[in-house]
Amino acid sequence: MLFLRRFNLDWWKSLLFGNRIHSGLLFSVFLYALLIAIGFVYLYPLLFMFVTSLKSPSDLLNPMVQWVPTEFYTGNYEKAYRVLNYPNTLMASILVSVVPSLIQTCIASLVGYGLARYRFWGRNLILLLILATFIIPPQNTVIPQMLVYKEQGLLGSPWALILPALLGQGYKSAIFILIFYQSFISLPKVLEEAARLDGASDLRIFLTIAVPSALPAFIVSFIFSVVWYWNETFLTVIFLEGGVTTLPMQLSRFVQAYESLYPPGTVNIFDRLNEAVKMSGTFLNIAPMLVMYFLLQRWFVESVERTGITGE
Amino acid sequence: MKILRRNLVTLRLREALHGYGFIALWVVGFLFFTLFPLIETFHYSLNQVTVTAEGIRLDFVEWANYTRALFTDPNFIELVIGYAIETIVSVPIVLIFSMIIALFLNLKFRFKGLFRTIFFLPVIITSGPVIRELTAQGATVAPGIANTPAVAEFLTQLPRTLRNPVEYLLTSFILILWFSGVQILIYLSSLQKVDKSIYEAAAIDGASAWQTYWKITLPSLSTATLINAIYTIIALSHFSENKVIQYIYDQTYAVQGGIGYASAMAFLYFAVMILLLGIVYLFLAHQAKRERN
Repeated sequence: MLFLRRFNLDWWKSLLFGNRIHSGLLFSVFLYALLIAIGFVYLYPLLFMFVTSLKSPSDLLNPMVQWVPTEFYTGNYEKAYRVLNYPNTLMASILVSVVPSLIQTCIASLVGYGLARYRFWGRNLILLLILATFIIPPQNTVIPQMLVYKEQGLLGSPWALILPALLGQGYKSAIFILIFYQSFISLPKVLEEAARLDGASDLRIFLTIAVPSALPAFIVSFIFSVVWYWNETFLTVIFLEGGVTTLPMQLSRFVQAYESLYPPGTVNIFDRLNEAVKMSGTFLNIAPMLVMYFLLQRWFVESVERTGITGE
Repeated sequence: MKILRRNLVTLRLREALHGYGFIALWVVGFLFFTLFPLIETFHYSLNQVTVTAEGIRLDFVEWANYTRALFTDPNFIELVIGYAIETIVSVPIVLIFSMIIALFLNLKFRFKGLFRTIFFLPVIITSGPVIRELTAQGATVAPGIANTPAVAEFLTQLPRTLRNPVEYLLTSFILILWFSGVQILIYLSSLQKVDKSIYEAAAIDGASAWQTYWKITLPSLSTATLINAIYTIIALSHFSENKVIQYIYDQTYAVQGGIGYASAMAFLYFAVMILLLGIVYLFLAHQAKRERN
C-alpha cells in the first residue's frame, strides 16, 4: 500500500510544488539557490578583500592563483599593522566613537521623551527641525564650526565631536531622537501617571520608570551610534586633523604612511606597497566592527522591529 | 468654574514648561551647531573669504560665487549632473533590491538569521576609505560582467549621455546594493505589520500569489517605500566619497577657491538634493496617501 502511494501523482505534486501548508521542494531549492547567489554577489568585495590580503607577493604575480592562496601568508598583516599604527589608532577610534555615542544616546532619550510625553507650543516645529538636521548636508554647517573650534583651540581634540553630541547635535542625531520618540510614545502612560500622583518629580519619573522600560531603544541607539561614528570620515577629518587620528583617517593616507615607513627606493621588490597590503589594512580597519557585529548581531537586525523606527 | 479653568491653564503651562526643560539642550544645540553655522555659511557664500593671521576677512561680492559655480567652473556643474544621474539610477535599484530581499526574509525557511546577518553587514563596515580601497581594487564590480570585451564594445556604441549611467551601474553595482541594509529592515518590519487575515481572505477568494503581491503586499508597503526612497537619497548625498562633496572639500582649502566659493557650492548642492527629494516625494507620496485612505 505504502509502496503504491509513492507513485501517487498527488503525493509527488505536493512534494515538488507544495501545498497549503508546506512550500514545495522546487520552491525551496530555487529560494536557497537565489539567496546564496545574491549573498555571494553581496559579499564578493569582502571575500575579495580577505583572500587578497592573504596573498604573498609571488601569489599576486601568479595568474593561476585566484581564490586560494598557495600559503598562509601573514606578512601583509604585519606591515599593515605597523603602517596603521594599529594600537594607537584603534584606541583613538574607540575613544571618538564610544564617548560621543554614549552622550548622544542619553541626550536623544531626553529629547525623545520630552516630545513624546509633553504637550507644548511648537512641538511640531521642533519635530520638523529635527528632520531638517537630518537632511542638511554637513558641508553647509561645518566651516563656521571649524573656524570657531580653531579659535578656541579645540581643533584636533575629541571635544570637537563631544560638544555637538552633548547638545543633541551629534552625528545622525535625528534618527536616535526619532527612535526614542517612537519607543516612548508606544509605552503605556499608566505607570508614569501613578508615580506623578504619588508626587514623584518629572526627572525622577523619567529616570526610574521611562528609562528602564525603553532599554532596547538605548542599546540599539548606542550601538548604531558607535557604528556610524566609527565609519564617519567627513567630520572627523575636518575636526580632528592634526590631533587625534582614527583608523579610517589613517587608512585614507595609507600610501604616504607606508612610504614613510618603507621608503620606495630602499626596500626590495617584495616589500613594495601592493594591493595585498592595502587590503590587509582595509580588513584591519573593519575587523573591530565585524567582531562587534557578530557579538551583538541580534540587536542590529532585530532593532527596527524592536524600536518601531518606521511607525507611521 | 473660574478657579477650575485657571487651574487647567496653570497645569497646561506647567506641562509645557517641563516639556521645554527636556528639549532645552537640543534647542541650544540646534541654534549653535546647526542654525547659526548655516546662516554663517550662507553669509560666507556671498563674500570673498580670506583667512589671515588675525582671523578671516570678508569682502562682499553679492552672487559672484554662485555665478562662478554655475557658469564659469567647468567641473562643478558636470559633477552635480553626474551626482543627480547616479542618484536617480541608484534609488530604484536600492528600492527594488531591498524589497525583494525583504520579501524573501519574510518567508519561513531555515538559516533565515544567517541571510539576514549577511544582508545587513554592509551597514556596519561602509566607511569612505574602506569603499575607496575596495573600488580601487575593482572589488565592487559585479563579478564577471563589466570586464568582458563584449560589454566594453557595447558601451562604446552608446551615446555619451547614456553611457555614463550604464558604466556607473556596471562598475559600482555591488556598492549600490550595499546601500540597502537599513532599507531592507524597514521593509521587513513594514511587512510584518500587515494583517495576516487579509492574506487568508484573499487565499479563500482564490487569489494567486501574483495577484496577492500586487493588490495587497505592494500597496501596504507604499509608506515604507517613501521613507526608504528619502533615506536612500540622503545616504547617497551625504556619503563622504561622493564626488561633489569631495570637490567642495578640496575647493575649501584651494588657493583659487576658498571658503566663500565652497560655501556657495554647498548651497547649490543642497538645492539640487532638495529638488531630488521633492521629485521623489511628489512621485511616491501621492501613492502612499491614496493607500492610507
